[in-house]
Amino acid sequence: MGDRRSRAGRAAFAALLALCAGIFLTFLAIPLLALFTETPLDRIPELLSEPAVQEILSVTLRTNAIANGLTLLLGTPTAYLLATRRFPGRALLVTLVELPLVLPPAVAGIGLLAAFGSGGLLGGALEENGIVIPFTEWAVVLAIVFVASPFYVRQGIAAFEAVDPQLPAAARTLGAGPARTFLRIFLPLAAGGLAAGWVLAFARGAGEFGATIMFAGNVPGVTQTLTLGIYEQLDANFDLALAIGVLLVVLSAVVLITYKLISSWRSSTSTSISIFQPSPSRLP
Amino acid sequence: MLRAVAGLGAKPRRGRIALDGRPWLDAEAGVCLPPEERSVGLVFQDYALFPHLSVRRNVAFGLRPGGASVEELLERFRIGHLAEAKPGVLSGGERQRVALARALARRPEVLLLDEPLSALDAHTRGLIRAELRELLDRLALPTIFISHDFRDAAVLAGRAAVMVAGVIRQVGPVAELGSHPADAFVAALTGNNVLPAHAVGDGAGTTLTLEDGQRLRVPAVASGPVGVVIAPSDVRLAADPGGAPGPNLVRGRVGALTRIGGRVEGRIGALEIDRPANDLGPRWPETGEVAWLELPAAAISLVPLEPE
Repeated sequence: MGDRRSRAGRAAFAALLALCAGIFLTFLAIPLLALFTETPLDRIPELLSEPAVQEILSVTLRTNAIANGLTLLLGTPTAYLLATRRFPGRALLVTLVELPLVLPPAVAGIGLLAAFGSGGLLGGALEENGIVIPFTEWAVVLAIVFVASPFYVRQGIAAFEAVDPQLPAAARTLGAGPARTFLRIFLPLAAGGLAAGWVLAFARGAGEFGATIMFAGNVPGVTQTLTLGIYEQLDANFDLALAIGVLLVVLSAVVLITYKLISSWRSSTSTSISIFQPSPSRLP
Repeated sequence: MLRAVAGLGAKPRRGRIALDGRPWLDAEAGVCLPPEERSVGLVFQDYALFPHLSVRRNVAFGLRPGGASVEELLERFRIGHLAEAKPGVLSGGERQRVALARALARRPEVLLLDEPLSALDAHTRGLIRAELRELLDRLALPTIFISHDFRDAAVLAGRAAVMVAGVIRQVGPVAELGSHPADAFVAALTGNNVLPAHAVGDGAGTTLTLEDGQRLRVPAVASGPVGVVIAPSDVRLAADPGGAPGPNLVRGRVGALTRIGGRVEGRIGALEIDRPANDLGPRWPETGEVAWLELPAAAISLVPLEPE
């Protein structure tokens, strides 16, 4: 009797779990599915080769390339500094790096305007020297760097911190100065974590919308990126908006898979403690 | 301590470290050379091999021209066949040889070994200890190594310093630490029996009363609480003296005695003994029975129980 009841209880619980998961996962899948069913898939090549879309693609590529370059160039030393030095105020600086991650993009946009807009904190001085940033391609770049680079720097700090401190110490006793120790020991050992952070930053940057539309506007050929393009084409050409959407879904999927591949490659080769949890599917 | 010599970690606030008169650290004069400017070869406790570089590139990392080539070093440490392997796949002994080769490639003027044998299992440990001994003899390089095992020091070192909680208790030739320990800690570390006793001196010598009330007599003069030090190999098994215990005979209950090679080790009463098996005669005392031991006065030394 009791046995039958507990068996029924287990079955009911399993059914409840399956029901909740089913509803939730269906909800996640439907918009993605809809994108593919509602888009005239056979017309995608034609839609995406329109000159307007070509312009959008080239603006997106150019601005993201520059923004990612800046992120790697400035973010890597910053992450290294914050990971390996202990000084008063360090925690505050780490928080500063993390803040844009939780900041609403609209706040990022208005902040950038307040800083670099005409009459802004720095905008006035820049303008006097003939430099105008808002509503130019550079505004798009700055918006992307502001919202996306913290993903890279934060991951970078963790990656540098995960390097066994004995290894750089060994390099120093073997005659390597701080710069050579950074290049030969820290960089290669943190490379996996840095790459994973960069993938996240790239994805965030490519999908940037809120800060860009406030700080850079939506000027075709100048500041209009893929996400802004979708927004503009909503009324004008819904099919085109859908086609761009499909493109971004594919791009996002590629980014996610890359990230997972890097993570699993890291956890299989790294001798230092992995900063990533293994993905739940591989937990026993 | 090795980190201070190598220039790693926090800068010491006091002190001086110099090699051949050239200061590496002089806290008063504000001198503190960075590690890369000190000519040290530091072998870390867990070897700290670069996991992303092959054995060859690990060894080549600090290579300075004018000395042995990478190939020669790989050859000399019998790791030539591992040249392209990553450190992750090596055994403990192999890792240590790579770490030594890497440290020597820099042609250091001082070799620092941080617990060089502690990462190895007991079997490998004995082999590597002997190997290391030969290597250090051949190198003729000033070497400082840290160990928690006095046997390592006995095999490898000329001079040893016993350090407890950052304070040096005794410095001297290794043999002297065992034969003339400065205090009870050093005596025990070097493998001696140390028995707390109360000493009462008179004109002719000293009577020592052990904790269990048994007495010993030594010619040295002392008074108050002392540590009675005797090496396990100097404790002799004696016959039952009958009604009148002779001088320096003590009784003790026999613990387990173990024959290792030609020797017998074990504990009788409060004393460790370590004697050639022949000395025990045909019949060993049984575990649990009472046996008599002789502690020759000449083999006994007295030390303060607490450091002075």
